[in-house]
Amino acid sequence: MLLRVEDLHKRYGREEVLRGISFSLEKGETKVIIGPSGTGKSTLLRCINRLTEPDRGRIFLEDVEITSPKADINKIRAQIGFVFQDFNLFTHLTALDNVRLGLMRVKGLPKKQATERALRELARVGLADKAKAYPAELSGGQQQRVSIARALAMDPKLILFDEPTSALDPELIGEVLSVMVDLAKSGMTMLVVTHEMGFARSVADEIIFMEKGVIVEQGPPEQLFKHPKHPRTAEFLRRITELYGGEG
Amino acid sequence: MALEPWLKVWTNLPSFLQGLSLNLALLGGLLALGLVLGILLAILEVYGSRPLRYAASAYVWLFRSIPEVLLLLLFWFGPARFGVRLSPFAAAVLALGLRSAAYQAQIFRGALRAVPAGQMLAARALGLSKFQAVRFVLLPQALRLSLAGWGNEFAVVLKDTTLAYAVGVAEVLQRARALSVVELPLTLPAYFTVALLFLGVTYGGLFALGALEKRLRIPGLEARR
Amino acid sequence: MNLVFKWKWLPDLAQGLALTLELTGLSMALGAVLGLALALLRVYAKGPLLPLYGLASAYVHFFRGTPLLVQLMGLYYGLPALGIRLSPFLASLLALTLNTAAYQAEYFRGAIQSVKSGQMLAARAIGLTRLQALRYVILPQALRLVIPPWSNELVYMIKGSAIVYLVGMLDLMGRARTIGTKEFRMFEVLVVTALFYLALILLFTVALRWVENRTRIPGLGVPGRS
Repeated sequence: MLLRVEDLHKRYGREEVLRGISFSLEKGETKVIIGPSGTGKSTLLRCINRLTEPDRGRIFLEDVEITSPKADINKIRAQIGFVFQDFNLFTHLTALDNVRLGLMRVKGLPKKQATERALRELARVGLADKAKAYPAELSGGQQQRVSIARALAMDPKLILFDEPTSALDPELIGEVLSVMVDLAKSGMTMLVVTHEMGFARSVADEIIFMEKGVIVEQGPPEQLFKHPKHPRTAEFLRRITELYGGEG
Repeated sequence: MALEPWLKVWTNLPSFLQGLSLNLALLGGLLALGLVLGILLAILEVYGSRPLRYAASAYVWLFRSIPEVLLLLLFWFGPARFGVRLSPFAAAVLALGLRSAAYQAQIFRGALRAVPAGQMLAARALGLSKFQAVRFVLLPQALRLSLAGWGNEFAVVLKDTTLAYAVGVAEVLQRARALSVVELPLTLPAYFTVALLFLGVTYGGLFALGALEKRLRIPGLEARR
Repeated sequence: MNLVFKWKWLPDLAQGLALTLELTGLSMALGAVLGLALALLRVYAKGPLLPLYGLASAYVHFFRGTPLLVQLMGLYYGLPALGIRLSPFLASLLALTLNTAAYQAEYFRGAIQSVKSGQMLAARAIGLTRLQALRYVILPQALRLVIPPWSNELVYMIKGSAIVYLVGMLDLMGRARTIGTKEFRMFEVLVVTALFYLALILLFTVALRWVENRTRIPGLGVPGRS
């Protein structure tokens, strides 16, 4: 088991965002989290690499407890890739330097090696020719692919995707999804929050439906889409299909 | 530190306040001069013909680039050189007021430009002349938008009034100096008292301006900061 | 009315100019170091460091809320009462430095806070420590953003340093006063001195605009600088 989340709780002030979340992820598995907005999906992802501190519950990456106060969180974060909804590429750095920064400063790779590795990752997402470009000179789709390359370069055991296509214009979504599909096929372990039901259906090994801070239902895509056990799941799927078109 | 020098300084508080009242009078005069001239310059810079625009910009650059204390001396020795006698106070109002006009012009210019172009169009479409449009539509909005920047300028020129010390105006710094020349131990308390007075006036003034800004606020018309 | 100009004033004024440059340059540099430290405290000091936040804030408010001339005279005439006697140069340098540090702190703080919050998040997400994130991600952006307000501050300090003649320094302004008095040509000398300042400020404004353009990065900038 690569990732294990046990009874995770988080509250902001009076609002309980996560109310006892438990699930696990095998190596090489892709799980997709769906659910209405504001149900704590992003918070859950951020708790996993402790960009947000959970109030209660435990998280394990292999046999290391991430939530332990003694955990070396920076070392753990280097093993967990994170792809943000709004990319968060470093504004002052070129695509190449964005990918290289973690290699050099976290992993301590010499510049030459870091450059080679970074260029390889940029090529993998189809952006070798944009190495010298600054984020502002790239389209949203290209920026998101650079940010995936930035995550990949660290040799993560797991990549967390936080609505990676939500900030993109519709015509740019495809290029990012296809990179993600390739990644999943290559055996990367992925946990993806998304509203892209087509992606969820075709790529996910399992889908987690979350609402109001709890996991309502989880299971393989076919089961969830065709025979949801819970009426809330059915209701959500019906609405999201209306909203995002007939892929679902 | 001994308390006695402080008490001695504070028995002279009336003298400090007299001096401070001169600073405040100077402040009032220079802000008024700067306000009128600054609005005029801003309008010229935004709506004037090309030569007028250049002239206004040149003025702004000139008065922003000469040290304030040097301006003061220029307006003190300059008129005298041509046979005109100005009081030190008048020279200070003139020098600092003309300088403040340059800064206030920049504030108003920014505010005028921040008013959406559609406002001018709509005003002209109603049949208002360009001047009327500026007077009744643009300026009322721009002046509200400039209050924040204006507060900043207030704080700057308030402190600059102490420069009148250089031409011998009996303002508050002069009072501290006079007191401390007599007795060395009084020096620090004297200057500290002046500093406290300025802190009071600066933050008091900024607070009042903030309150004014709130009162004049109109929904949908906010300075973008 | 005949105005007089003499070439022999210029070498003297140039010497004063050198001192003005020295005072401004040193105080701007020292002020930048102190200002950055104050800004970091104002942005990041929390929890057990909260008292430091308070101190930094009090410092900034005090020095921004009181006139530079009061600070200068307080240091020069006031410190001897405590047994600390500063030379006019040291008193001037100290006053200018302490003053500009407070202003620069606010510029740095504004720049740091205008770096988008996602930048820190992304930096931490790849495993950088807080300090590394500051060093490699936040500051490189903030320092570029701070160039425009910093050039304004430089202009302000070139002008502001003119008051040091009031404690007897022979900076550009001080030279002007002595020549003017000696020659009974105060107005003319002051006009020439004003030209010196204008040239100096023009030079620095152009130079800093150049630096700003050289270090510009697409997508990183403050729209609408005044």
